[in-house]
Amino acid sequence: WESFLPSQVLVQPVQLICLYAPAYHLILEGILILWIIRLLFSKTYKLQERSDLTPKEKEELIEEWQPEPLVPPVPKDHPALNYNVVSGPPTHIITVNGKECINFASFNFLGLLDNEKVKSAAQASLKKYGVGTCGPRGFYGTFDVHLELEERLAKFMRTEEAIIYSYGFATIASAIPAYSKRGDIVFVDEAACFAIQKGLQASRSNIKLFKHNDMADLERLLKEQETEDQKNPRKARVTRRFIVVEGLYMNTGDVCPLPELIKLKYKYKVRIFLEESLSFGVLGEHGRGITEHFGINIDDIDLISANMENSLASIGGFCCGRSFIIDHQRLSGQGYCFSASLPPLLAAAAIEALNIMEDNPDIFQTLRAKCERIHELLQGISGLKVVGESFSPALHLQLEESCGSRENDVKLLKRVVDYCMNSGIALTQARYLEKEEKCLPPPRTRTGQICIELDCCLGFLFPQIIRMSVLHYSDFTLDIQVLPLMALKPDWVTGLFQYGTNAVRGRMLNFGTGE
Amino acid sequence: MLSEPLPCSCGLNHIVHNGGLYKRPFNEAFEETPMLVAVLTYVGYGVLTLFGYLRDFMRQWKIEKCQNATEREEQKDFVPLYQDFENFYNRNLYMRIRDSWNRPICSVPGAKVDMMERVSHDYNWTFTYTGRVIKDIINMGSYNYLGFAQKAGTCQEAAAKVLSQYGAGVCSTRQEMGNLDKHEELEKLVARFLGVESAMAYGMGFATNSMNIPALVGKGCLILSDELNHASLVLGARLSGATIRIFKHNNMQSLEKLLKDAIVHGQPRTRRPWKKILILVEGIYSMEGSIVRLPEVIALKKKYKSYLYLDEAHSIGALGPSGRGVVEYFGLSPEDVDVMMGTFTKSFGAAGGYIGGKKELIDYLRTYSHSAVYATSLSPPVVEQIITSMKCIMGEDGTNVGKARVQQLAENTRYFRRRLKEMGFIIYGNEDSPVVPLMLYMPAKIGAFGREMLKRNIGVVVVGFPATPIIESRARFCLSAAHTKEMLDTALKEINEVGDLLQLKYSRHRLVPLLDRPFDETTYEETED
Repeated sequence: WESFLPSQVLVQPVQLICLYAPAYHLILEGILILWIIRLLFSKTYKLQERSDLTPKEKEELIEEWQPEPLVPPVPKDHPALNYNVVSGPPTHIITVNGKECINFASFNFLGLLDNEKVKSAAQASLKKYGVGTCGPRGFYGTFDVHLELEERLAKFMRTEEAIIYSYGFATIASAIPAYSKRGDIVFVDEAACFAIQKGLQASRSNIKLFKHNDMADLERLLKEQETEDQKNPRKARVTRRFIVVEGLYMNTGDVCPLPELIKLKYKYKVRIFLEESLSFGVLGEHGRGITEHFGINIDDIDLISANMENSLASIGGFCCGRSFIIDHQRLSGQGYCFSASLPPLLAAAAIEALNIMEDNPDIFQTLRAKCERIHELLQGISGLKVVGESFSPALHLQLEESCGSRENDVKLLKRVVDYCMNSGIALTQARYLEKEEKCLPPPRTRTGQICIELDCCLGFLFPQIIRMSVLHYSDFTLDIQVLPLMALKPDWVTGLFQYGTNAVRGRMLNFGTGE
Repeated sequence: MLSEPLPCSCGLNHIVHNGGLYKRPFNEAFEETPMLVAVLTYVGYGVLTLFGYLRDFMRQWKIEKCQNATEREEQKDFVPLYQDFENFYNRNLYMRIRDSWNRPICSVPGAKVDMMERVSHDYNWTFTYTGRVIKDIINMGSYNYLGFAQKAGTCQEAAAKVLSQYGAGVCSTRQEMGNLDKHEELEKLVARFLGVESAMAYGMGFATNSMNIPALVGKGCLILSDELNHASLVLGARLSGATIRIFKHNNMQSLEKLLKDAIVHGQPRTRRPWKKILILVEGIYSMEGSIVRLPEVIALKKKYKSYLYLDEAHSIGALGPSGRGVVEYFGLSPEDVDVMMGTFTKSFGAAGGYIGGKKELIDYLRTYSHSAVYATSLSPPVVEQIITSMKCIMGEDGTNVGKARVQQLAENTRYFRRRLKEMGFIIYGNEDSPVVPLMLYMPAKIGAFGREMLKRNIGVVVVGFPATPIIESRARFCLSAAHTKEMLDTALKEINEVGDLLQLKYSRHRLVPLLDRPFDETTYEETED
């Protein structure tokens, strides 16, 4: 072997094997090699394939399957099934189910719903633009009134920019997912309203609930997060953090401790989103809401959202804040981009309502005084307690002691509400979707409208009737004090008689004799 | 040039399969994107992206002024609020043609519209209004299908009367103190119009979907959704917590395969059978101009015992001999659709949405709909507009006006679509759909088309990524019964001119049957955890 060829290295052993190995050995090895090749090239083994069903079996399965009905049947007597029917305008005096009542159930805080100026502004707009906008903001659905309203709202709130939505509920529910995405963290008060809950759900962020208005609990969560972040700083650098709170809580009637929240914001570098549907046009010297109430620089809040369906007595909602933040929603706010814009007449009504608020800043003082008076008068009714701040225009009456089950509580409160309704006072039970709410508030009766235009006599009548209703169903009360008529403050009585409607006077007399 | 109606093989082809289900020809076409155009479109985006990076680089080194709004000084060390890519797209692509959207108008959005003139001195970063008004632009953008966007007439008068009586707002929810007699009247009328047992109305069309789907399905249920469904349906499906599977647009094979697999295999991991299956489809797809293959969907739904949710946002009023939507268009019974959803924004010139169906369904929604419990109810003058316009369509106002409008719209649609096809544009969708997408493809042509048309006093809608697939940018025309033949002819003449100018006549009249489109078996699944 003078020239050593690489091929020979391979060829020689094979030759040797062929020469000396028995034939059966070779055949066996050949088969083994083929087997390995087959294994290598065969399809990967799948569990599902082995249990594959024949078309017939599939058909049988399809035949067998019985879906649940689309909706379960609703019992005929479900309390939410039979709505109260309001005939005519839903203002101070309303006709509910054919009975005339004084309305304490709508959120018409400033009484702008039937304001003639607002109505005529809306009329003028209707004459110019018709009713609908026939398109989203992007596609010829932006009207000059929308631009004007946005500018006016921004100016009123003293922020750089405002953006309007055509539906109050959709405002915060669209704003939250525009910023907070999967993987981000949102710290939210457990009493947050349903719109916030839906916004959070749509955002698919990581949600951390803290106890209602409990700053220590919030700080605990923030600290926990901080230690978490130190473990994984790379992730922490891209994880956005938000605190979502309400100015005046819809579900509890109390305010958020905003100054402390601001401190926490800067300490832990978390952004604050504030829902002000109840506090906008109510709190603060000029009705700018909770920031004005606490005297806080509005720029410290990253985003404020409110609806125009309460104080402004129109429809829709808005967000305001710095352009850096708000402008983003014009492309990312789902309820803004993909929905038809607000009918111009409703925008015009909101502009006029803003005019009235700017021209008469004293209405907020009047409203506050009335709220406080009613709050005071409602104290001390046995069996019922008033929940919430004294200056909240929406008061919650709650049973002092539960009668055992939520269902019974609801029934009892319904009787109170019915009694009031029969006596000509429209209240409402706060409605919740019990299965859907994250933290269900206890059953409550809500008095929405403490309207500034209602005469103060009502401030007397109202608690009286509630007291009467408690007396009427005294199975749960202990000691009932009904104020004798004579003990009334004189100005209430004069106020009462100034209030001219016969309905009220008639009821008043009934009360007198009733005692 | 084709003089006859286009021999659309997809319709014929389909009739071979399910011909018995259709009572009328179903002509729907999606011409394939020419290869060269597709390549050039990608190149266009490539160039834009390169320039985007270049300009970002210059902005970073302060060679070019950065006009973006910025974070507050105090919050500079917070986690950035926006992701880079999103901003990159807005800054460098969207900003260039931003003037084609959000054009403010200052008149009723009827067949002709007045627009506020605006100019930008800083390449669309900010706009200033010149104070001039561009009068009488032919409006091909608003969803004013039946021409009820009017500032005078019976509807407006009735709405004005209700406005002065009731005021603009309601200040309460349906379940509390916001259920007015007007709402009850509207709901009875809607039920009668649709031919269903009961109906419920909501304050916003978008929210009708997003707040009611969660009331219908939940965990353990399956939603089968068309890939091109509107954002509101997608959001509603996500909020419901049900498993979502997507089928190819209007592709019945894809739907059937998903249905079959779902029932045979049950839920993933747990292997329990699905509680129920809900199919989400739209009547007319607003970006494609296609009409749902409803007879086949209903056949499948019955075969596989699933439920059907039909969103008629664009089709109610706009389709069918008497404007009752896609169900009437195909001559089907409303009973076969479990949930009939639609909006009042478009054909009725108002706002809001409705759901119609069996009494049990509506009773359930009255009790459990998120909207009924937590959202303010419809504004009374808006309700009145819906009532009067709906009565007009039904002929209950004692005139023939409504019916004439429905017919006018159908005529306008056929005429406009036929003429555009003859000119050689690629037009998507069904020949009876009043939504007419005209393909532009290239990003630069989006802005150019919008501007050129506005110069010629025609308002059009142009759409690009992310509303459409990246290479399928398009212009969209929405026809209206209020458009006269002269207006349409003027518009067509100008579109023809701009089409030549921008070389938009891509069509080679080689229509690809829908069923021959590649059918991809992979489906996208999304599970909410």
